[in-house]
Amino acid sequence: MLTAPEGPHVLRAEVKSLKFWYGKFQALHGVNMPIWDRQVTAIIGPSGCGKSTLLRCFNRIHDLYPGIRYEGEVNLAPEGVNLVDRQIDPIMVRLLVGMVFQKPNPFPKSIFENVAAGLYVRGIKNRSELEGRVETALRQAALWDEVKDRLPKPAYELSGGQQQRLCIARALAPQPKLLLLDEPTSALDPIATARIEELIDELVKDVTIVIVTHNMAQAARISHQTAFMHLGSLVEFGDTGTIFTNPQAAQTQDYVTGRFG
Amino acid sequence: MADALHTSEARIVAASRVQDMVFAVLGITVLLMAMAVLATLVADLMSDGLARIDQQFLTSFPSRRPESAGILSAWVGTTLIMLVTAFLAIPLGVGAGIYLEEYAPKHWMTDVIEINVSNLAGVPSIIYGLLALGFFVYGLGMGQTILVGGMVLALLILPIVIVATREAVRSVPSGLRESAYGVGCNRWQVVWRYVLPAARPGILTGAIVGLSRAIGETAPIITIGALTFIAFLPPSPIQATAPFVNFDWLNSPFTVMPIQMFNWISRPQAGFHVNAAATGLLLLLMTLVMNGFAIFLRYHLRRSLRS
Repeated sequence: MLTAPEGPHVLRAEVKSLKFWYGKFQALHGVNMPIWDRQVTAIIGPSGCGKSTLLRCFNRIHDLYPGIRYEGEVNLAPEGVNLVDRQIDPIMVRLLVGMVFQKPNPFPKSIFENVAAGLYVRGIKNRSELEGRVETALRQAALWDEVKDRLPKPAYELSGGQQQRLCIARALAPQPKLLLLDEPTSALDPIATARIEELIDELVKDVTIVIVTHNMAQAARISHQTAFMHLGSLVEFGDTGTIFTNPQAAQTQDYVTGRFG
Repeated sequence: MADALHTSEARIVAASRVQDMVFAVLGITVLLMAMAVLATLVADLMSDGLARIDQQFLTSFPSRRPESAGILSAWVGTTLIMLVTAFLAIPLGVGAGIYLEEYAPKHWMTDVIEINVSNLAGVPSIIYGLLALGFFVYGLGMGQTILVGGMVLALLILPIVIVATREAVRSVPSGLRESAYGVGCNRWQVVWRYVLPAARPGILTGAIVGLSRAIGETAPIITIGALTFIAFLPPSPIQATAPFVNFDWLNSPFTVMPIQMFNWISRPQAGFHVNAAATGLLLLLMTLVMNGFAIFLRYHLRRSLRS
């Protein structure tokens, strides 16, 4: 378990009475929580509790599907942008917030082009700048040493764990304000999982991370803050230590001790 | 405000809005152009022929006088030919497609077959007509019958059905196959119980596309020597006495709607041109009904797959 960095928490984002609907079905019932700067915030809870739904609000991936509706705010601090405001273009949100999905989903292109994908979108064409930033991102994702000699090779030649780290590098390259991880290790073996967890420990020195995980031990190991969700509501939010050893709500207690969920 | 703080992002967003807008406008323009061409064609046919379509037109045989001529023998011929074509091409094509995709070993022979099947889809239809004329009509002495007409059209659309079946079968997720094999199914059970139902919408689309092509084909039917003036109907497939069905109609001479149209258009009298336009409209309508039926079936199959 990590201890939160010394000093006062700095706000990186804040969720305020966030409600969300898939058509007529309300999936989030007014969620409030802070996301502290350069800390790992884990969202846990049983299947269908809305943890992925909440995460996917942060970069408006929901907007790809018809019939969805947001209410409330997800404010990015200190910029003061409400990410779920209809006035804000979802493209803008995704330029600010990076995401890594459950299954490694590299593009069917070279390793280099995968990491550079977000940089191309941002209009970076200068070859040496591209190369520099791809290298930085791959180093951050602890993948550089494994791929530095085969950057032009197809990304599909990498193993599952390497592919997931490649996806992390791809999300990191444009230096996002927030990095969202949606169960990033659920498709990986324990060794690849351990590597990703170490990586998260390293990364959080520079970037704020929000992670959804099914694995409570993982949440306990890698996060500073934990949010426990149930039936579309936030039951409890607090320091990971407190949530796992001294939770306030009985539901949280039952869940983290494995009595339900 | 956000845009002030993130000028670079705001610029990218503005540029992407322009890009999306340009493409949307382009897309709508192209769509409208395509629709306009189609609408013009249909409108032209309708203004010429719509008024001619009545009960007399549908229930009369061809005639020397345009106003008393009708398309009874042509639409009956087209319907019967389509029945034969569907009956031959769909089972053969689907079977071949499934065999190639699920059973056949993957080596150079199957590669050769695959390339040739795709090539067959591009062979001009008159070549099929020549084949049928030489082989079915004269070689086997079958004559210019409904059966031969249906057979040649079936040959013509067979590659379309095979290719569509293969595509549909190939797009079934391999996880479905694995789970079926996982519970101990043999190959036939996997195909019949799981792969085929999942592939059915795609196969159906291919079959209908093929049949829609066949219904308008003129060249191979003319080549085998279908008549252009028929004043009788084939024997009825249903009869009052046992065994209640008969297949004599298969050996009957026939004409079809495109041939009737072609024949009328080449006449000098304006009245026949009106008849041709009316026939064209009905042919379009038949294709539309067929496609509508396919959409209906596909919708229902998708729904039953999900539940």
